[in-house]
Amino acid sequence: MSAVIETHHDDHHHGPGKGITRWLFTTNHKDIGTLYLWFSFIMFLVGGAMALVIRAELFQPGLQFVHPEFFNQMTTNHGLIMVFGVIMPAMVGLANWQVPMMIGAPDMALPRLNNLSFWILPFAGGLLVSTLFMDGGGPNFGWTFYAPLSTTYAPPSTTFFIFAVHLLGASSIMGSINIIATILNLRAPGMTLMKMPLFVWTWLITAYLLLAVMPVLAGAVTMMLFDIHFHTSFFNAAGGGDPVMFQHVFWFFGHPEVYILILPAFGVVSQIIPTFARKPLFGYDSMVYAVASIAFLSFIVWAHHMFTVGMPLAGQLFFMYATMLIAIPTGVKVFNWVSTMWRGSMTFETPMLFAIAFVVLFTIGGFSGLMLAITPVDFQYHDTYFVVAHFHYVLVPGAVFGIFAAVYYWLPKWCGRMYDEAMGRLHFWLSFIGVNLTFFPQHFSGLAGMPRRIPDYSIQFADFNMWSSIGAFIFGFSQLILLYTVIKTIKSGEPASDRVWDGAHGLEWTLPSPPPYHSFTHPPVVTDAEAHS
Amino acid sequence: MAGRHGNTVTKLVLLGVGMFGFAFALVPLYDLLCDVTGLGGRTGGAYAYEPAKAEVDTSRLVKVNFVANTNDGMPWQFWGETPTVRVHPGELTEVKFYVKNPTDRAMVGQAVPSVAPNAAAEHFHKTECFCFERQILQPGEELEMPMRFFLAPELPKYVQSVSLSYSLFDITELAAAERTRPEA
Repeated sequence: MSAVIETHHDDHHHGPGKGITRWLFTTNHKDIGTLYLWFSFIMFLVGGAMALVIRAELFQPGLQFVHPEFFNQMTTNHGLIMVFGVIMPAMVGLANWQVPMMIGAPDMALPRLNNLSFWILPFAGGLLVSTLFMDGGGPNFGWTFYAPLSTTYAPPSTTFFIFAVHLLGASSIMGSINIIATILNLRAPGMTLMKMPLFVWTWLITAYLLLAVMPVLAGAVTMMLFDIHFHTSFFNAAGGGDPVMFQHVFWFFGHPEVYILILPAFGVVSQIIPTFARKPLFGYDSMVYAVASIAFLSFIVWAHHMFTVGMPLAGQLFFMYATMLIAIPTGVKVFNWVSTMWRGSMTFETPMLFAIAFVVLFTIGGFSGLMLAITPVDFQYHDTYFVVAHFHYVLVPGAVFGIFAAVYYWLPKWCGRMYDEAMGRLHFWLSFIGVNLTFFPQHFSGLAGMPRRIPDYSIQFADFNMWSSIGAFIFGFSQLILLYTVIKTIKSGEPASDRVWDGAHGLEWTLPSPPPYHSFTHPPVVTDAEAHS
Repeated sequence: MAGRHGNTVTKLVLLGVGMFGFAFALVPLYDLLCDVTGLGGRTGGAYAYEPAKAEVDTSRLVKVNFVANTNDGMPWQFWGETPTVRVHPGELTEVKFYVKNPTDRAMVGQAVPSVAPNAAAEHFHKTECFCFERQILQPGEELEMPMRFFLAPELPKYVQSVSLSYSLFDITELAAAERTRPEA
């Protein structure tokens, strides 16, 4: 019987295609995952270069390298690219590679849609970056594009920015539909929902968040488009609209969005820590419920970003307490990770180093988030470098370290070759030192009152900013080590075993390294030992 | 494949489309929320004053401050002729605002009111206000605009001072765009 099936398949195109068309027309989840990850890395270098322009300008007080208008374009595009062009595509790339292999599915549920979701991205990213070369410059109103800065006072290129956001949103929505359909419909027999690996769980919830809020963002930019070109007044006070409404609509999208960025990293860390602690994940069920609680709470806390616009006391109290409530499920997760490591037989390979750094540094970002949640003191912290320090702590050593950890953890599986451990550790330590040197001093300059998004500062902030800039250049250039290490692994790494890590559990490790182009064409048997780690 | 996943995908697409619609539904919902709570210091439209039913709370006096601003790029001269009045809640009061178009072209202006504190907004009733309609001023034309209001006696006791601020916007271009639209 199986021989008949094999013969039948041999008539068809069965392996990867040839040349560039392999990548253009591919519907294979592994190819598309690779495309997403490389796209994300290229955008990481682009967005990182913008960050270094910012840090070079801020190395000393006074204006030295760039015009303030260009500085504004750098802060804006750095944020937009890092959020929409780096972290989101990288997470979708990880999902493409891992979700089918972790649930025993042959591919994503909708392979052609998968191709479309990816190939929209280079055009959206190109459109966004091209605005920098247009008359009047690129977006200069901050990544949150508050009206009327982004409508009445916006540069003409804003229309292209709006279409770029539409395309990015369409890509994310299609990707989410695909991931949900894959997880709900293509699990191998025996892979019940509560046996799924945590990475798959976090992505299922993330995909629902994306589907719920990306259309709201699309609606917000559509209203901007109407205000700019069709004389509507959604956000124009002169015509009966309200600029503050923009902030409500934006943050109704924006707060779930920041959890979209971090939840898959929670999933990655929940896979890695058990592997290198050689113990099952502590509190699997509570991890799932915690992620679901965080996702739910993300919809009812948006106004904590805008305490200073003025709102009734009851509203301030509600958003303060609801925000603080998020610390409870997040605390459950942190304690579960620590408990998983407790008395484990730990080893500290590169993925584990990044995962432990994630737990420690993300928690620091969580604590500064709690400080910002306290309404009365937020009036002091609002729009200062304290906010910058907070969200970079949760996004860089949070989401980005999660992605690094995932790449080192699964790269030997993907390409069948082991990365150079010494280079991995060098990348880790330089990143770790660079990130802390960059962002820790910003807590202090922020508390002392240094405003964000300004190209110049008062001289009492000079030392903090110099440290920050040195750290940023260390962090930025150490990413070239990652690039070198990945290319070297693909070209000449030592062959990796199928299991790769002796403590690894999960269906992906039952496949050969590298996995065949089409894996799990027959559903695997899911044993409890392999179900989740 | 489509058959196997059709049901899931249909539901998910409907969720996405629904959330896109929800973004636009947020606009009237936000307006409703502002009208109910006074969020953003928004005041209501023309209010009918019925002298027969009016109860004047003579036990307290509330200070009402008037602030007049022109928005960025608006060349008109605009101020309140009475900066401050002291009124009893329930008592109908009239104040006047002065406006002048010093330019050599006809312009359209729109004043947008806001009341602070927010808790007072829903109790601030205007029976007549220039902000209910747009002002068209010819070159050099000046106007004295009346505004009649009263504070509802339900105004919370702790509110001893209320500020009403007007921002005057230049909507000449917006008004011209509306006229060229076929349905307008």
